Amino acid sequence: MKCFVGIDLGSTTTKAVVLGSDGAILGRGITNSRSNYDLAAKVAREEAFITARFGLLRQKVEEAAGPQLLDHLLKAFRLSQTLAQLHRLRQLVADEIERTVADHLSAGALAAINEIFDATETEEEAWFADDDPEPRSDFFRDAAGSAYMRYAEEIADPDGVSFDLLVGLYDKCIIRVENEPLELGFRHHINSALQRIGDPAEVDSAVQAARDAELEEEKTVGTGYGRARLPFPKEQIRSEILCHGLGAHTLFPGTRTVLDIGGQDTKAIQVDGNGIVTSFQMNDRCAAGCGRYLGYIADEMNIGLHELGPLAQKSTRYVKINSTCTVFAGAELRERLSLGENREDILAGLHRAIILRAMSLLARSGGIDEEFTFTGGVARNPAAVKALRQLCDETYGARTLNISADSIFTGALGAALFAHREVRA
Amino acid sequence: MAAEKASWVHKDRSMELQKKMIARHFERLERAPRCGEPVVYTFVPGNLTELIRSFGALPVLPEINALQSGMRGKSKDYIAAAERAGHSEDVCTYVKCDIGMLKSGNIGPTGTKLPDPDLLLLSYTGCYTFMKWFELLREEYNCPTVFLQVPYQGDGRLAPEHREYITDQIRKDLIPALEQVTGRSYDEDLLRHHLGLAAETEDHLVAVLESAKNRPSPIDAYFGGVYYVGPIFSAFRGTEEGVEYYKELRSEVEARVAAGLGPITPDGPLNDQRFRLVVEGPPNWTSFREFWRMFSEEHAVVVASTYTKVGGTYDFGFRHDPDDPLGTMADYCGGCYTNLNLPSRIDMLVTYIRDYEADGFLINSVKSCNSFSAGQLMMLREVEKRTGIPGAFIESDLVDPRYFSAANIKNRIESYLQMLAARAGAA
Repeated sequence: MKCFVGIDLGSTTTKAVVLGSDGAILGRGITNSRSNYDLAAKVAREEAFITARFGLLRQKVEEAAGPQLLDHLLKAFRLSQTLAQLHRLRQLVADEIERTVADHLSAGALAAINEIFDATETEEEAWFADDDPEPRSDFFRDAAGSAYMRYAEEIADPDGVSFDLLVGLYDKCIIRVENEPLELGFRHHINSALQRIGDPAEVDSAVQAARDAELEEEKTVGTGYGRARLPFPKEQIRSEILCHGLGAHTLFPGTRTVLDIGGQDTKAIQVDGNGIVTSFQMNDRCAAGCGRYLGYIADEMNIGLHELGPLAQKSTRYVKINSTCTVFAGAELRERLSLGENREDILAGLHRAIILRAMSLLARSGGIDEEFTFTGGVARNPAAVKALRQLCDETYGARTLNISADSIFTGALGAALFAHREVRA
Repeated sequence: MAAEKASWVHKDRSMELQKKMIARHFERLERAPRCGEPVVYTFVPGNLTELIRSFGALPVLPEINALQSGMRGKSKDYIAAAERAGHSEDVCTYVKCDIGMLKSGNIGPTGTKLPDPDLLLLSYTGCYTFMKWFELLREEYNCPTVFLQVPYQGDGRLAPEHREYITDQIRKDLIPALEQVTGRSYDEDLLRHHLGLAAETEDHLVAVLESAKNRPSPIDAYFGGVYYVGPIFSAFRGTEEGVEYYKELRSEVEARVAAGLGPITPDGPLNDQRFRLVVEGPPNWTSFREFWRMFSEEHAVVVASTYTKVGGTYDFGFRHDPDDPLGTMADYCGGCYTNLNLPSRIDMLVTYIRDYEADGFLINSVKSCNSFSAGQLMMLREVEKRTGIPGAFIESDLVDPRYFSAANIKNRIESYLQMLAARAGAA
């Protein structure tokens, strides 16, 4: 099967979308952007092909064994990938101890990290067994890091193997794991996943077909801030503004205005009936009020990025925030807390401030048309969406606001569509 | 990557000429106090170089010094020096660069010391910052100052009474002040001579700028254009050297037209021109070549720009007129680009887009330069409406390197050009 791939190398995350020859979405993949952009693109692409193969499996497995089995298989597959990465991380930390930790501490450090990794693996197995697990980050770095820190804090000894020593080992080795090409593809982990769920015979032929399916990459187009680093010729690179415009148009054909809030920039885009950009505005050199700002706020509050929106949703009022400067995010937050404001109301104010900034760009780009689409990572945040709805109503009146559950992939989708269009043209 | 590319080295004779002219001028300025040559500091918009020359005085243009310091990598330290002296981050960076240079020994961009002014001459007051700038310099130098009040063209034209008002000030305030600081009498015949030479240089410059109507355009009317206007905007309008330079430049450009060649860019000749653009606003000077490359790498050539008209809108017909020396200087002061009202500036952009058959237009907005940036978004919308062509909007600064975000600007330019290509493909 001929495929068309779009890769969006963003400042925070790298996304990939695979389209079939008919232009339908086969798979999506995402990973955290890292110092090695080439590898980030490779991982996102591989993930997209994994979901594409699971997509090929879905109908047949559902017919043969019902919808739950495939979800179970996918979860087992994710567990297999995670355990492989944990195994590699454990090896690297052990090597690091041998190389760098003083002799009188090395045995203790080795015992500590074995205890941490054993506990983390057990936790992963429990996650797999849990029918309704808590939501968590999609990225290995976040999930592994969170467990490692918790267990390290529990077992650290200030007079021996200290918390700082354990954290230092993790920090060094997680970067190495992320930047080496581990085998995490479909063919490497599907057997182990099947074993874990008891090798159900009724899906054998479907799995075999998905494993053997030839997904031939006909053309790839890259976009995003790191696009210049992608190993493609210039003709295969598109601006993310065009990609978000085309992606949003494809998801919601009535779209005429697109707002994309990404990690380090915000873009207000107007498109015509064919998804071609007619006008755009984006933030200037300062990344105030972009996704990275929310990241800093989450760090300051010591909570996950995905928890910010729901927490802000609990507010009863919003605190007026004037500055969305990322550098001063922490100071702004602490000052408001010191004035006695509660966290929920401050967060509601912060989300409103971000959207106010986006509203200015929207106005400059030509306003909000009848139907508009919110894309990018921040569109996943319910408090940002709520503030956008309110401000849009106040400024422009009733408008149709579209948000796709896969809004973060809009740029990659647009890139894949460009690849598809060019070959078909 | 752009930064790793070797720069294309090609020097036309006109470039060599310009380099020598500027070097000689600065050497002469350094000697001026010893030789008894008076020095007048003045600004590009509305500059009265012919009058200054007719008194045997030498002009110094602080904003040209500032931009040259920006191009030579010196502005960062000068701006820091000015900020240490209490100038805010939001102040026009030309001002801070100049003040910082002064505080650092007043060594000009070519490495020679600049003389103190004998007179500060502000002949265009539309830029409020210029007034404050010279107030600051007056504090430093304690020298005579002449501020000509130049009415804004709010109605899109310079009314006869406005012209008379400026002429009166030149006659009653400026000429006596020049007589006093130079010790010479006003010599109208000599002034007419300089004005005649000015008109001649203006004819040549217009021919050069209008050559961009050709396909391929033999010049880049923004990045190359700022070099082309250098002599006429600074010390050399109304001089024999100026005429010689522009004759040479014109013949080189005409030769490129005859050969069907494009301009020389930092990466070599740009003959394959995929986008013809009009640009509004000043360039960024600290990353000038990098900025230029963002266009030339995409095969985009600028065919007309408004920034190259800050020292005169000659392509719309103005010429210095030796037969009406004071009146022509009044017209010139009132007619500089930033003294035009917004509808006139919009008309100019629309005319350029039409006459030069541009595919698009781009505004480089400099926040610290209100003379240019106030109203630019409104202009953008209006030009889009009247031409049906979408515009691009980018933001940078004049000479503060901190305010040039290469990734952001490149992203906008690439997006814009891809948008134009997509529109053209869909049409």
